[in-house]
Amino acid sequence: MFLLKLLARNAFRHRLRTFLTILGITIAILAFGLLQAVVSAWYAGVNASSSARLVSRNAVSLVFSLPVSYRDRIRHVEGVAAVSYANWFGGVYVTEKNFFPNFAIEPKSYLDLYPEFVLPPDQKQAFILDRKGCVIGKKLAERFGWKIGDTIPLKGTIFPGVWEFVVRGIYTGAEKSTDESQFFFQWEYLNETLKKTVARRANQIGVYIIGLKDPQKAAEVAAAIDATFKNSLAETLTETEKAFQLSFVSMTEAIVVAIRIVSFVVIIIIMVVVANTMAMTARERIGEYAIFKAMGFQAHHIAGMVFGESLFITTVGGCLGIFLTFPVAKKFGEVMGNFFPVFQVERSTVYMDLLFCLIVGIIAGIFPTWRAIRIKVADGLRRVG
Amino acid sequence: MSTSGEQQVLVTINAVSKAYQRGNQLIPVLEGISFEIVRGEFLALMGPSGSGKSTLLNLIAGIDTADGGSIMVDGVDIAQLNESELARWRAAHVGFIFQFYNLIPVLTAYENVELPLLLTSLSRRERREHAEAALAVVSLSDRMEHYPSQLSGGQQQRVAIARAIVTDPTILVADEPTGDLDRVSAEEILGLMARLNTERGKTIIMVTHDPKAAEKAHIIRHLEKGLLTDVSP
Repeated sequence: MFLLKLLARNAFRHRLRTFLTILGITIAILAFGLLQAVVSAWYAGVNASSSARLVSRNAVSLVFSLPVSYRDRIRHVEGVAAVSYANWFGGVYVTEKNFFPNFAIEPKSYLDLYPEFVLPPDQKQAFILDRKGCVIGKKLAERFGWKIGDTIPLKGTIFPGVWEFVVRGIYTGAEKSTDESQFFFQWEYLNETLKKTVARRANQIGVYIIGLKDPQKAAEVAAAIDATFKNSLAETLTETEKAFQLSFVSMTEAIVVAIRIVSFVVIIIIMVVVANTMAMTARERIGEYAIFKAMGFQAHHIAGMVFGESLFITTVGGCLGIFLTFPVAKKFGEVMGNFFPVFQVERSTVYMDLLFCLIVGIIAGIFPTWRAIRIKVADGLRRVG
Repeated sequence: MSTSGEQQVLVTINAVSKAYQRGNQLIPVLEGISFEIVRGEFLALMGPSGSGKSTLLNLIAGIDTADGGSIMVDGVDIAQLNESELARWRAAHVGFIFQFYNLIPVLTAYENVELPLLLTSLSRRERREHAEAALAVVSLSDRMEHYPSQLSGGQQQRVAIARAIVTDPTILVADEPTGDLDRVSAEEILGLMARLNTERGKTIIMVTHDPKAAEKAHIIRHLEKGLLTDVSP
């Protein structure tokens, strides 16, 4: 208790210096937390993917489609529990700045395969029954103020024309990591329109989503599906949903690596700042440490004082940083919602924050402690006065 | 333990020498110093700057080590103690009074006095009793919650004396205890030290430049260029 009192009072002996050091740590931890949240947001799709689902696409490229006729053949592959499909629509609402992901899906099978999109039964039924209906995520509805019954026009970028949809349901995510910014409408609506306008693009599927009977057999089932279409005009590439999502992330991996590096550099910088503060502190108090030693206090007592003060400063700054990370990340997520539909500070980031505070506090205290415990009492006392 | 007449010898300094290295040069500070200090004595060490009196005080207090000779305090050869044992020995047997008081500025007068007691096994309540008693001895019971910066120089030195005596040490060592005080405060401090010596039987070893301060001592020893030059009662 006495030691804690002494640590706290010593820490605030130079209020401005301590305040600035704590502020530096707070900002560093805040920056680290936000950068880690950005990295997590980058992997949100990967983390939200299910091990019980496979994604099958054209083996040449995602740009090329697959025939709708594959649906029944995939369904008969051993180990397949359910099949659904989707097309990336790429529609724009008013202006391209209003980007959000929109897909043409087969409503019933798709929603069955994605239980994480929670939709009230009446809304689900209304969506299935209305060919021009659509289902939107809660965040998307909030972003544009859309409500059930509203008509939403999307300008096609891949499929020309202006397409109108009626909101029939607003889903919420079962998990925090579920993307609530997506827009789904009926694949049949797209297909029927294409039959009339660009017939050669009709009956084509972007990706098949396959539900597995046994997730342990994902590799065998994927191989069986690809073998089914081997040497066909449109060979498939089937992989787990996680691998499929990772293939998108890997395209931008250099950015993620850069963000990770920057987040750790921030921690190293603050470590140097705290070490500097502690070195100055120890230099100023060498005489005091000598007094403590003269009275009979030993090296471990002195080490406790220096390390304690260092840890006290990093802990206060770190806790403030962690405390501020959540509201700032929330605000950041709202502002950057278009790019990061799932933006949250993960528990592991908080643990890393605390670990870094501990490491920074200890490392910053090593040199000053070494100096303080090595000082000879008589030498130290000469510096007093 | 040897005795000198009916008086009990507390400190025996035998052929103590000490030198400091300055660059390539070895500068002798103390050369073959030998004398005894009896229990309850008030000894003043005098001499010009650089005569080695503070170094000798440091050696007796166990905060520096001699290059040669031995120092026995209350039957313990302190040269034989390792750093950790020496620290424990100092905590139990030595009370320090410094020229610049050396109080911890972030602690109150009471907390400064309580500080050495943290190294004992006393309970919090017992520590409080001891610290309050020590502050009462120096007549500062009403200043317990004051920080050093809120006290005058004389008051700070009295707090330092309370801190020095709170563990009831075997010897009190004082290095120029009045060197930073005005005449009136210096008189107060010297009077207090004299009372600690006469009323409580504390053995005091004081380094001073000030002949008036030295007058309070029973014995004055002069050092010059590292040698003991004379003994005056």
